[in-house]
Amino acid sequence: MKLLIKNARLVDGSGEFGNADVLVEDGHIASLAGGDAERVLDAGGRWLVPALTDPHVHLRTPGQETKEDLATGLAAAARGGYGTVVAMPNTEPAVQEPEQVRALLDEARTLPGARLMVAAALTKNQEGKKLTPAALLARAGAALLTDDGRTNEDAGVLARGLVYAAAAGLAVAVHAEDAGLRGGGVMNDGPLAAELGLAGNPPEAEAARIARDLEVLRYAARKAAALGHAPRLYLQHVSTARGAALVAAARAEGLPVTGEVTPHHLTLTEETWRGFDARFKVAPPLRTEGDVEALIGALERGELSAVGTDHAPHTAAEKERDLENAPFGIPALELAFPLLYTELVERRGLPLPLLIERMTTGPRAALGLAPARLEEGAPADLMLFDPAEKRTVDPERFVSKARYSPWAGRELAGWPLLTLVAGREVWRDAALA
Amino acid sequence: MRFKARVLEPAEIERALRRIAHEIIEKNKGAGDLALVGIHTRGIPLAERLAALIERFEGVRPPVGMLDITLYRDDLSEIGVQPRVRETRIPWDVTGRPVVLTDDVLFTGRTARAALDALVDLGRPKRVYLAVLVDRGHRELPIRADFVGKNLPTSKSEVVKVKLRETDGEEGVELWER
Amino acid sequence: MGALRHLLDFAGWDRARVESLLETARMMEEVLERPMKKVPALKGFTVATVFFEPSTRTKISFELAARRMSADVVGFSGAGSSLAKGESFKDTLLTLQAMALDAYVIRAPVAGMAHQAARWLTGAVVNAGDGRRAHPTQALLDAYTLLEELESLEGKKIAIVGDVAHSRVTRSNAELLPLLGAEVWAAGPAGLLPERLAGARLSTDLDEALADADAVMVLRLQRERMDEGALPSLREYVAEYQVTEARLARAKPHAPLLHPGPMNRDVELEGALADGPRSRVERQVRAGEAVRMAVLYHLLVGRAA
Repeated sequence: MKLLIKNARLVDGSGEFGNADVLVEDGHIASLAGGDAERVLDAGGRWLVPALTDPHVHLRTPGQETKEDLATGLAAAARGGYGTVVAMPNTEPAVQEPEQVRALLDEARTLPGARLMVAAALTKNQEGKKLTPAALLARAGAALLTDDGRTNEDAGVLARGLVYAAAAGLAVAVHAEDAGLRGGGVMNDGPLAAELGLAGNPPEAEAARIARDLEVLRYAARKAAALGHAPRLYLQHVSTARGAALVAAARAEGLPVTGEVTPHHLTLTEETWRGFDARFKVAPPLRTEGDVEALIGALERGELSAVGTDHAPHTAAEKERDLENAPFGIPALELAFPLLYTELVERRGLPLPLLIERMTTGPRAALGLAPARLEEGAPADLMLFDPAEKRTVDPERFVSKARYSPWAGRELAGWPLLTLVAGREVWRDAALA
Repeated sequence: MRFKARVLEPAEIERALRRIAHEIIEKNKGAGDLALVGIHTRGIPLAERLAALIERFEGVRPPVGMLDITLYRDDLSEIGVQPRVRETRIPWDVTGRPVVLTDDVLFTGRTARAALDALVDLGRPKRVYLAVLVDRGHRELPIRADFVGKNLPTSKSEVVKVKLRETDGEEGVELWER
Repeated sequence: MGALRHLLDFAGWDRARVESLLETARMMEEVLERPMKKVPALKGFTVATVFFEPSTRTKISFELAARRMSADVVGFSGAGSSLAKGESFKDTLLTLQAMALDAYVIRAPVAGMAHQAARWLTGAVVNAGDGRRAHPTQALLDAYTLLEELESLEGKKIAIVGDVAHSRVTRSNAELLPLLGAEVWAAGPAGLLPERLAGARLSTDLDEALADADAVMVLRLQRERMDEGALPSLREYVAEYQVTEARLARAKPHAPLLHPGPMNRDVELEGALADGPRSRVERQVRAGEAVRMAVLYHLLVGRAA
């Protein structure tokens, strides 16, 4: 069946292309110059962009389906304009066998939502000791190896993991925080934590670990190069100015590293802790205004080239525990795009193609996927959004099971109205006639 | 609020107090053991003045104390404004003495009721009298004054303002319409 | 300033509010001096003490304060470990709320729990100590005791000594005492000092902090700090930071000595000092009752309409 999206303003990471009529056929973009179709949708001059890719989500399956499951997680992603998401393996049990990867991918194919990619554990039970079978996992369809949810304390294990992953063609993603420096910190360390009487997690915990991991990467790259492989390191959720600077320097030097930044680290600061509300509890923690500015600059310059939500759903009741016992994590799949569109494009004048690039091609490159472009023959992974209509964030209406949000009550523009994955409609907003 | 009438001039207040002092001495058969307790705010200068008058007539000055009834009010769980708790200071033993409670105006009787409760928490007086400058009627409790400066029939919409030199810088009793 | 709805910390307080509360406390102390130590002011009100962390002294002090004012008192004590397991914290509060209580006196092991409770409850919340964050009634009773000794705190140097980083007592005093004009110094070992504490000057030099101090407040040293590695050696602590008669010679003559209790004699302070003429520890206990009566009065009366 053919679908014609008429009168859409086309934008992708490479630029703006003006209004066009996009013909979708057999899961691909058949034409940007219109054509006959069984179904016609009038975009009314709204923006049509490639569907987004989220390299970092927690869908809690298997084992913690009270927080999220594949159906709700992939539906939430679709609603947020995402065509593809990568689910982290810190589940119960951890995803670390090829059979588990295949089973998850098979189940996801039956669900009407975003396309699932599966990250598998780098080490057994994510304990940071024994490596998982990278080649078998890659063959089963794993997109990435990571012990995210935990930190990689043993540098030697990480180095060998990078080498094996490189041989299997996979990137390794790390949650870069030094466990010792982080200690029991629940919020950013500094004068505010001291004032509030909460244990702090210092920015240096991140910087120290990023610095170490970059040396580990240098070592692994040297090892792998001899065999003709190139390891790829993916630094998740860089949250500090110092961390971003380290990544920038490493990239300038040519190290194969990608830095990720999250919507919450781009829009929220530690000041939110004055309300003593665990909705703002996340690891790494929300930092200072200066860090936010540095992260936005790094995103703009491409030093941090990927936006990942680190969508980390928990039950509302869990987030109403005290600030030590409440779990870390912020759910953001349904808000990431309108939030960043409003805060970065609308408020700060970041070019829209640049934001699209960081939410599509940036993460895709880290995963070894082709750039997301609106061109004939490209997969019809598309998202239509309205830059004008403002809506108030109402977590009660989330598709995700995590019906709370640090952004509740904020007025945002740029809500996705339609998401297509390979031409298949996975989200359509009621506002779209 | 609208001014209606001047009810007592300073000299009339003075006369009323002198009369009350005499009545107290008469009723108590002298000033022996007698003590006065003024209820915040204007009951306190009235108690002081009565004590001075009794001293003038009898040569003995009865001790004076001050009593705040805030913590004994019967409406604390209902009111929307928080009353300030003021000082209660009765630096002599209440037990066994005749005590004259003094206040400026007797109205519903609720203040006097609270003052009685407060007083008996401080000891066991031999007998308690109530002396007021003005009794304006409209009692809501079975309470009456033993000594009254002036009985002043009022309507409920009227307000009796007592002004004393010690607390207000001027002297007089006025009737106002709410 | 508007009416006081909760007592969580001293954010938004001004000097007038502090002085008004301490004035009420002085009136309440008069009640405690009577043969009949009870007034009917809070008849018909119900106060819950909700303790997620054990503290016999504070609980007794609050319960007594409430009873002196004729409030009904109910108590809940839950072990801190149950907090980790599930949602018992909020559930407990909501269960109590269903019983139509007027005030909740909450002691909790983690900073911010009193604020969280205030978000969920319609009644008044009194923070009886939440983690390292705040212990406002302790600071009020300290201020009350200090004012009695020093008459005014304007320009007075108050030295707080010990485990400052983990001390809610210090945080609350650093918020409160400067409102009354005091200059607060906090001294302790480097590992037990925060990097900054608004309202206090920090020093690792005990002698500097004690020099010409008008009053000295000694904090309890929690032994678990040693297990956490925050304090390397008890022997070193005692040598460097124990408040002794000799070191107190640097403070003003007769400078009063306060301690929030319970004391580790011969750890944070020389044992004999606790019973010596400078000690105001017993005075603090009675001041605590009067201050808590005043706090309940200020929170509960005038809340209607």
